[in-house]
Amino acid sequence: MGIEDLAESLGQNVLTTTLGKVIGWGRGNSVWPAQFGLACCAIEMIATATAGVDIARFGSEAMRASPRQADLMIVSGRVSQKMAPILRTVYDQMPEPKWVISMGACASTGGVFNNYALLQGVDKIVPVDVYIPGCPPRPEDLLNALMILQERIKAQGILPRQ
Amino acid sequence: MSSTESMAGTEGVTISRTGQQGAFGGELLTVNFGPHHPSTHGVLRLIVDLDGEQIKRLKPVIGYLHTGIEKQMEALRWQQGVVVTDRHDYLSPPINNLAYALAVERLMGVEAPPRAQALRVIMSELTRLSSHLVWLGTSGLELGAMSMLMYCFRERETILDMNEEISGFRMHTSYIRPGGVMADATPRFLDMLASFVKEMPGHVDEYEDLLTMNPIWRARTIGIGRLSPEDAKVLGASGPMIRGSGIAWDLRKTMPYSGYESYDFEVATSDACDCYGRYLVRIKEMREAVKILDQALQRLPDGPVNVDDRKMLPPPREELETSMEAVIHHFKLFTEGYSVPAGDVYVAVESGRGENGCYIVSDGTHKPRRVKFRSASFVNLQALERMALNHMIADMIAIIGTADTVLGDVDR
Ligand code: SF4
Repeated sequence: MGIEDLAESLGQNVLTTTLGKVIGWGRGNSVWPAQFGLACCAIEMIATATAGVDIARFGSEAMRASPRQADLMIVSGRVSQKMAPILRTVYDQMPEPKWVISMGACASTGGVFNNYALLQGVDKIVPVDVYIPGCPPRPEDLLNALMILQERIKAQGILPRQ
Repeated sequence: MSSTESMAGTEGVTISRTGQQGAFGGELLTVNFGPHHPSTHGVLRLIVDLDGEQIKRLKPVIGYLHTGIEKQMEALRWQQGVVVTDRHDYLSPPINNLAYALAVERLMGVEAPPRAQALRVIMSELTRLSSHLVWLGTSGLELGAMSMLMYCFRERETILDMNEEISGFRMHTSYIRPGGVMADATPRFLDMLASFVKEMPGHVDEYEDLLTMNPIWRARTIGIGRLSPEDAKVLGASGPMIRGSGIAWDLRKTMPYSGYESYDFEVATSDACDCYGRYLVRIKEMREAVKILDQALQRLPDGPVNVDDRKMLPPPREELETSMEAVIHHFKLFTEGYSVPAGDVYVAVESGRGENGCYIVSDGTHKPRRVKFRSASFVNLQALERMALNHMIADMIAIIGTADTVLGDVDR
């Protein structure tokens, strides 16, 4: 086989890319959320995992009970002052790289509850990547947030060591 | 290791030694469970003393979802409070609305028109169904029947679609308000309801096919979590928790509201006193709810859906263009709201979890002086230790599930 023939046949079977893109593609399509339900929004999060909406289409059906196996924390609901340190502990237990979706008005800003009991936005204690408005957001909204996050993860590639 | 030192186990579970001797020669261990744990139905934390695998003491720790809802309501006008009532027991928003609306109406001495009352019954029963469906789905999931979640949420979506049709919102409808309901039912809603009523009994059969005779389900629930009728009464249990102990206590029968006395339905009870009995009660209640829905649909009265009181509810849109008085009423309602005569009142309704009560105190102004919810979940949680004592730790999951507590309702 001549060298030209070889190049020609390889051209149809080999894909050249960068390592960062491959890693981003892999990470983005298998985001495993930690099973972290807080309040009403958690019910819509469960609904997102069931057959009707089916988050499995986006590779995120594996809700992990242990934060050590999760990449994504979906803060689904209101975070009380008493819950805040626990939420932070769970976040700290997740391995890098990790992402946070703040689901619903309460998690994002305190929602209709502007009072002594609630943390006025979960971004006060953990960095948030995507905010979802709504009280509760529809399952489709959660999927949309997940897709936004996936785009971002894919674009990130290899992350610098932290 | 000293007794205060603790061993970190899996996340959400820490174990510490008590130094006490157990019956099997080992040492009693204190295990911390939650508040972030996959099978505690929310952010419940339990501190359990274990002798081997047997539960010797169980102490719930609550407050991880304390939202300050009651305090918040003191800062809101009467009609704004409805929005917050949705969010405490987030699996049965319209029933919470109903308790609050009935309390405000009783203080003001008004009564909702017949069509509104029928629509309230319809929404209450739909909510009871959706709440039981979430219970069945998640309890099934926890005891290994994963497909229950898929089946139950399928029907729940149908109910949420109906919610959306009638009120514009899936979960927190704020549909039932003091003085009536938000809007009349659309013809499409009534069509959806009619086909739902026709299909739902078949779906309940489907659930029963999957669970009622399922050997694993029976092994995990029969004889587990016994609550004797005496204990149930002493601990103040209500809803399926007390009916599962053979006491026919249902507020829809014993203290009827919204015209429940005119509907023909049975109170589901079971003498089994265990998790399986409570499962049968909830299944039966779903069937009865469909019966009530059918009756309500058959004889839905015509007429207005709100009281005709311009001091309480805004005038219709058309009137605003022709009547100065209507504009004034509208302005007053949306700037300062209406005031409720001074006094206090307690009204209780039957939610999917039991007695959902609302106690309000008014000082005659346009905001409540105090609003207190008697939530069924909070009281039913007391029975947890009684049910779990001397059971294996694995049975605790079944027992937490059977109590059907909503942590938002417990902590408020
Ligand atoms: S945003 Fe709304 S639905 Fe979500 S937790 Fe807060 S009150 Fe509940």
